[in-house]
Amino acid sequence: MRIIFKTSYLQDIKLLKHNGYIFWYGILLFALLIAPAVLGEFYIGEMAFIFIYAIAGLGLMIPVGFTGLPSLGHAAFMAIGAYANAYFLHKGIPFFISIFLAGLISFSVGALITIPLRKMTGIYFAIASLAFAIIVEEIIAHWKSVTGGLGGMSVDYPVIFGFELDSTWHFYFLCLAILLAVLYCALNLVRSPSGRAFIAIRDSEISAESMGINLSIYKIKSFAISGFFTGLAGALFAHRLSYLTPDAFNFLLSIQLLMMVVVGGLGTVHGAIFGAIFVGLLPQVIAIAKDYLPPAIGQFPGLEPGLFGIIMVLFIIFEPMGLYGRWVKFKLYFDMFPLYRKATFKRQKTYLKTERVQ
Amino acid sequence: MTFFKAENISIDFGGIRAVNEVSFDVEKGTVFTIVGPNGAGKTTIFNIISRIYNLSEGRITFEDKDITHVPAHQVVNLGIARTFQNIELFEHATVLHNLLIGRHIHCRSTFFSDLFFLPSLKRMELEHRRKVEDVIDFLDLQHYRNQLIQNLPYGVRKIVELGRALCTEPKLLLLDEPASGLNVDETEDMSFWIDDIKKLLGISVIMVEHNMKLVSQVSDHVLAINYGRVLADGKPREVQENPDVIKAYLGEDKDV
Repeated sequence: MRIIFKTSYLQDIKLLKHNGYIFWYGILLFALLIAPAVLGEFYIGEMAFIFIYAIAGLGLMIPVGFTGLPSLGHAAFMAIGAYANAYFLHKGIPFFISIFLAGLISFSVGALITIPLRKMTGIYFAIASLAFAIIVEEIIAHWKSVTGGLGGMSVDYPVIFGFELDSTWHFYFLCLAILLAVLYCALNLVRSPSGRAFIAIRDSEISAESMGINLSIYKIKSFAISGFFTGLAGALFAHRLSYLTPDAFNFLLSIQLLMMVVVGGLGTVHGAIFGAIFVGLLPQVIAIAKDYLPPAIGQFPGLEPGLFGIIMVLFIIFEPMGLYGRWVKFKLYFDMFPLYRKATFKRQKTYLKTERVQ
Repeated sequence: MTFFKAENISIDFGGIRAVNEVSFDVEKGTVFTIVGPNGAGKTTIFNIISRIYNLSEGRITFEDKDITHVPAHQVVNLGIARTFQNIELFEHATVLHNLLIGRHIHCRSTFFSDLFFLPSLKRMELEHRRKVEDVIDFLDLQHYRNQLIQNLPYGVRKIVELGRALCTEPKLLLLDEPASGLNVDETEDMSFWIDDIKKLLGISVIMVEHNMKLVSQVSDHVLAINYGRVLADGKPREVQENPDVIKAYLGEDKDV
């Protein structure tokens, strides 16, 4: 068991708290960097997809996990980011500016939509955000001059400094770089005064207000930055799909994103990443399992969404902290070995306010 | 100059007048206590001062500034911090985190510097941490620093909430039943702390409290209210002996 002797307040602020962090995350980063040289193209493509999900997950984690605003409409931000990026690339705008603009538009939409939604909480907020997503989907379907309407639009390859990113491993590194940048910002946000204000709003609006936190401003900030991250994810998603149609961003995507943060573990940055890995891998596992199952079960229509639903319910009942909660227990088991007690977490099965129906 | 002044404050909820033309002054550096039976309107007065409710009539001034229409989140900027009767802490955060939120009004950072955690922000964060540690030392919370609120016993939560209010560096502290739910020892500690807050930190206190022993130990001035009206106003002893107050608490003597 590692005992950290604290001699400076800086140790509580640092992201990499001790050498163990540097060692393990260093190994992880190294593995991710050499992955394209080792793994086949299919796996690299799937990993890039997981990175995109993780970016969107980090975006969604900020309002849902930290500020306590349950959003059922994040597919809309993905859509806005995707279409904006595709449109700007068509206009010949360089990739980095285009993806940044896509994020920025999504940021502004996030800020604007929170203005009418800022007084709502719980299930009312969720339904209002769902309505927002449906409106965005309709606008995309009808704004033919920009989005190509229901016919859809194609997405050009990203070009960076005259270098066309047309192979899978190019795209893999692009997604990894953006994920790392977003991750860094999200971690900073959580340890900064804004992140604290978000958590305060989640846990008690009345006392957040009495501590001088302007509820409206911070809710808007939270949703806007979430829009920015999710918009970036959407822009990358556009390249992954390579052809955009409105039904790629229907509300099932919103549900999938929400499930990602719930299964990953609400209120933690780890949770977004774990959730993305889970949601990215599960369809593959199901596809492989199908071959071994009897046809009556394996070919059953709706097997995938059904399983997603069951897993989500099981997590909410047995592990409200999600995969991150499991991870913490797993780590503690080895930290305390052989003295781990099962009862350590017995009292801690609580729900965040986001999860309760208000 | 009066420090804090409430003039004829009244509030209506539908047809019910919960607070009816209550006036009082609080002098700087004193502990002012509001007592009264349940439902008398004590907490409502607190909620009026911290601007959670809008006044129907009347005026509140703090350091000669009219604060009747200040937005709720700016009250603490003026130097008025409060605690809640039923504890409103941030449950899924640590004690340290809760106290740091108390420093929120002193955090001058932009959203941009938050996202990139610029060196200027790091310096400010260390400064806030130092201030928070002062409060931790003052209230003996060292042992609980990194514990989640949801794992703490009630008595400690009460103290953390007091600590969070102190972290805002207020001039006036509103304590809503600081001793409710505390045992005898903890109540004793609370009375010492309130005294220290007044004498060492120079913070004035307005308190709502039912525990008469605590009230008479720490208060300089007591206001008794019932049904939203003032019953008595004066030194703790005078108020305790006031026949109207005795009647409100114990009922009337009737010859049978």
